[in-house]
Amino acid sequence: MSVFDGLKFRRVYSPIHNLDPRIKFIYVCAIFVIAIMFGELLPLIILFTFQIPFVLLAGVKREWIRSMRGAAFLATIIFLTNFVFAYLGARGIGQSLENAVAMTLRFIVLIESFSIFFLTTSPDHLGLALEQTHVPYEFTFAFTTAVRFVPVLAEEAQTIMDAQKARGLELERGNFLKRIRNYIPILIPLIVSAIRRSLELAEAMESRAWGATKKRTNLYVLKMHKGDFILIAITIGILAVAIYIRLYLPIPSINQLLANIN
Amino acid sequence: MIEVEDVYFTYPNGIEALKGISLTIKNGEFVAIMGQNGAGKTTLVKHFNGLLKPTKGKVSIDGVETTKVSVATLARKVGFVFQNPDHQLFSETVEDEIAFALKNFGFKETVIKKRVSWALNLLGLTKYRKTSPFMLSGGERKRVALASVLAWDPKILILDEPTIGQDYQQKEKLRQFILQLKAQRKTIIIVTHDVEFVAECNPRVILMREGKIVADGEASKILTTPEVLNQAFIVPPQIAQIFFQLSDLGFPRNIIDIYEAREILLKAIRRKTM
Repeated sequence: MSVFDGLKFRRVYSPIHNLDPRIKFIYVCAIFVIAIMFGELLPLIILFTFQIPFVLLAGVKREWIRSMRGAAFLATIIFLTNFVFAYLGARGIGQSLENAVAMTLRFIVLIESFSIFFLTTSPDHLGLALEQTHVPYEFTFAFTTAVRFVPVLAEEAQTIMDAQKARGLELERGNFLKRIRNYIPILIPLIVSAIRRSLELAEAMESRAWGATKKRTNLYVLKMHKGDFILIAITIGILAVAIYIRLYLPIPSINQLLANIN
Repeated sequence: MIEVEDVYFTYPNGIEALKGISLTIKNGEFVAIMGQNGAGKTTLVKHFNGLLKPTKGKVSIDGVETTKVSVATLARKVGFVFQNPDHQLFSETVEDEIAFALKNFGFKETVIKKRVSWALNLLGLTKYRKTSPFMLSGGERKRVALASVLAWDPKILILDEPTIGQDYQQKEKLRQFILQLKAQRKTIIIVTHDVEFVAECNPRVILMREGKIVADGEASKILTTPEVLNQAFIVPPQIAQIFFQLSDLGFPRNIIDIYEAREILLKAIRRKTM
């Protein structure tokens, strides 16, 4: 469940944690768009390294590494399928390899940026941001609740795994299909208990007069600070540079660069 | 036999849950592990079937160290019934649910059938054989979970909070049931907060606090020693409390059993009335 660990928020204070979640979200979306814009390895490497200062500044290195490790399995699958199909499509080994690495890295960049966002933004902050951008409260609440329950569900998944292992279930046994089937005894209890939990939550909320008044006020109001303006400047900057490069500059492949050196 | 030698355990998030636990549980023993929330009770018993491996120290089951074998191998010997049955029920029928572990352990089809019927009968679930476990009440689901573990007849049985959500009658049945298993020389370990239940069962009690064992001994002794109980944030059973308050009148202070209490009180009443 280490993928979820990378999304678990811990209350610490750092310049990144204090940023306005709206701006952070725009930044993450910009990274997302840029990652989709480029299929070449070189810009993706730059994009990947570009995030690292944020991780260090936020002081969430350990959690971040854990989420990267959690993504490793999926990354491997992406790498292998891309490589195999590119190779079968009669591209050379070097090019197929570069292409596969690029696709994998694109996936990792996406995970990386979302991981940074969720690691440094508290669910409350997130809800506040949505509310103050005039998203209806029902949606905001549903969203924050979903986010808040991710770690709870992750913990529950761990307990369920333990319970089934105690009944002799071996997750790692069998061929690929069997291994997927092995997860049924884990997924069903997880889904059932999530549904049960949501029904209970709904009852508890209604008994505490949820939705009694249409207009809610907030104790905290989000305000933009210096850091937020800096981040928005960075976001616009990299987005502009990325678009310019995409439109007007040729991007050399690593293979070409290596060939040029030789 | 379960041997725990100076075990330390730290969770990945850095919480040190066990700090130097040593104990031995012999075959056929009945043990209750008690202590406040977060004392490390569940963490400790999860070491007995290898779900958790000690960070430092050693846990062996019948001489085999838990780090050397898989959970599935240990599970064959050590049955573990989790606190919340909803964490394990997933099959379409109660019957399939009970057969799940048997299939995992590779029992033969004919044996599985026999064992399932046996376990259903044992816990009074035969009429629910074809029912979906999700349709049952909380207490019944708990019994299905218990049946699904008992079905493979493990030598050691661990019950995490078995009395939660059970009405008094079911608790009494559970107690009878545990005593039956004890008579069959099974090792039974329960993790519980239920002092009254423990007082009625009178097992060996292991009291934990903040990852350490603070007391280990007979229930009648530990549950009547207020200093020890205070340390583990446990309130003595009601019978013990009555006798504490009567102790000025010369009554003994170490009574937790109803029948014993009855005898003592009867004797006193007779002396007065005669």
